[in-house]
Amino acid sequence: MSEHSTYVPGNAAEKWLDERLPVARFAKEHLMDFPTPKNLNYWWTFGAILVMCLGVQIVTGIILAMHYTPNVNLAFDSVEHIRRDVNGGRIIQATHAVGASMFFAALYIHIFRNLFFGSYKAPREILYILGVIIFILTMAAAFMGYVLPWGQMSFWGATVITNIFSAIPVVGESLLQLLRGGFAVGNPTLNRFFSLHYLLPFVIAALVALHIWALHVPGNNNPIGVDVKSTRDTVPFHPYYTLKDLYAMVLFMIPFAWFIFFAPDILGHPDNYIQANSQVTPTHIVPEWYLLPFYTILRAVDFNILFINSQLGGVIAMGMSMVALLVVPWLDTARVRSGLFRPIFKWFYVLFLINFIGLTYLGAQPAEGIYVTLAKVCTAYYFIHFFVVLPVLSRIEKPLPLPTSISESVLGKAHA
Amino acid sequence: MIKTKTFLAAVALASSLMAPAFAAEASAPIEKQTWSFAGIFGTYDENQLQRGFQVYREVCASCHGARLIAFRNLAEYGGPGFSEEQVKALAAEYEVVDPTVEGGVRAGVPADRWPSPFPTEQDARDANGGSLPPDFSVLAKARGLVDPFPSWIFNYFTGYSEGGVDYIRALLLGYHDEVPASAPEGFVLPEGKYYNDYFPGHAIGMAPPLQDEQVTYTPAEGEAEVPLTVEQYATDVAAFMMWMAEPGLVSRKETGFRVMLFLFLFAGLLYLTKRRIWKGIEH
Repeated sequence: MSEHSTYVPGNAAEKWLDERLPVARFAKEHLMDFPTPKNLNYWWTFGAILVMCLGVQIVTGIILAMHYTPNVNLAFDSVEHIRRDVNGGRIIQATHAVGASMFFAALYIHIFRNLFFGSYKAPREILYILGVIIFILTMAAAFMGYVLPWGQMSFWGATVITNIFSAIPVVGESLLQLLRGGFAVGNPTLNRFFSLHYLLPFVIAALVALHIWALHVPGNNNPIGVDVKSTRDTVPFHPYYTLKDLYAMVLFMIPFAWFIFFAPDILGHPDNYIQANSQVTPTHIVPEWYLLPFYTILRAVDFNILFINSQLGGVIAMGMSMVALLVVPWLDTARVRSGLFRPIFKWFYVLFLINFIGLTYLGAQPAEGIYVTLAKVCTAYYFIHFFVVLPVLSRIEKPLPLPTSISESVLGKAHA
Repeated sequence: MIKTKTFLAAVALASSLMAPAFAAEASAPIEKQTWSFAGIFGTYDENQLQRGFQVYREVCASCHGARLIAFRNLAEYGGPGFSEEQVKALAAEYEVVDPTVEGGVRAGVPADRWPSPFPTEQDARDANGGSLPPDFSVLAKARGLVDPFPSWIFNYFTGYSEGGVDYIRALLLGYHDEVPASAPEGFVLPEGKYYNDYFPGHAIGMAPPLQDEQVTYTPAEGEAEVPLTVEQYATDVAAFMMWMAEPGLVSRKETGFRVMLFLFLFAGLLYLTKRRIWKGIEH
């Protein structure tokens, strides 16, 4: 966005560089002068927090890879070796493990912020879709990372999740063997998961770069969802948002550090401290908490629909739950972006949020009794929200009057 | 609004229905203990770890290995606090398999891992009626409690990480000579198994390992007489197992306290800076 450029090379060397590779100009435009709506609230700091999370995972992960051994006989003990004998290993390993959970906590907040304030609407559809793809890849990376310590949950989680692919007609069985590198989860599986777990974060980082690029074309959405009208509506990114984001990052590090130092194992499952054993199946196989909503949707389909058996049905439902996210911009066609000005949407949003928490909770429960029914209800409502509630609301809802500009709305707030 | 209330009512109803399901799963409620190593300022009690080590060594170690523990760990910071000489002498009492020396065995040194009580898994099973005595290295973290809703939510705020030790202590105290009336209906104890309140399925392969006055404690200087009871032994050995699973706990928590202090201060300063910068901007 060169129209914002106020960069003037300070000396001959900067000028020389600017004519060849204008990195300083780029940084000034995009990291300092970038005009940002002045009314962003703290929910908007989670973008920066997520960049930090990705950075933390990559740095700690690279160090862990220096000490980890991807072999079925050595992996479990090599993680313990990191915890016990590597300098600072207990903290680095805990940061990486807890970091996955914190990453997803921030990711879910970021997504739900987006869904409430209608940030997925034009002209930010590509930005949003890139975000959903990042989310899906992050789930894949996290799942493969959880397999690496080679505990009981690692092994059985890998078995259950890779099994999903066998439901795909025609190619399913070959795909399953390709994923596992054999007929069952074993050493080849561990090796390829390690390789992919190392690769994916860099793919994610590249997509994050695109995500930020796509953000910098239309600029940020904001809590009232009204477009920026004049420079009075914005402040330069630096120092206003650099400082606000930094403050939010440090606040975020407080619960992060709490888990690392005082309860590093509370977010994991005790069974993962038992080395993988293909002869002993754990009583309940539970994925990590951040995969639970989708795991519930996968399990909720336990009946055959015409020629589609329950297993394939579950896979389709889980796939559709992600497709639903991808097509939200075209399901919700309401002109008003922000949920603040949508009196009915607001309540359905709350209901959707509660339903999503319900899906998470149910994923950790055994598939028996009342849980099965509840899982079906919550799964059905997940889809109803996207495919019925959003399109219908777009047509029938009468939004509240919007402020004419960001400046007007913040002035009104200050004087109220 | 009405919708939300109806939904919340439905959730409340549903969770009351779930309660029995939980109760059926967790056999008997396990009493949570007050451990010296719990909480932000938790540290191991050296005397307790030394007692627990004594119980482990004299009773448990004949069947249960600890392959990740090295003798040197016993003298390291935040552990039972043995001196290096004590550890050296202790290690020398053990024979360690070492194919690089003449005869294949030599006396242990502090760098050696705790020798396994059985040469192979099959030997271990043969000696124990087909059951495999689990290795103790990380066992305290491989077990846990099932907390009913909503108390597990509070665990995240209290940092409760002692579920494994609470379970192990309860297990050691949960034996019955005969199948009690509280056993599930139609329960039949298989041959060679023992009834335990807390073991999943109640039929455990391990005979009650502890008896009163089985291990003789020598009280440390200035330390009150420690009772020689099964309960005391169980508590001490559970604490020792927590140390085996988490030998760096003390330094981890100490670092954590400093990190927290820094983060709170830094966040406070950043907040003030941020407020100063945003001063005069309506937002």
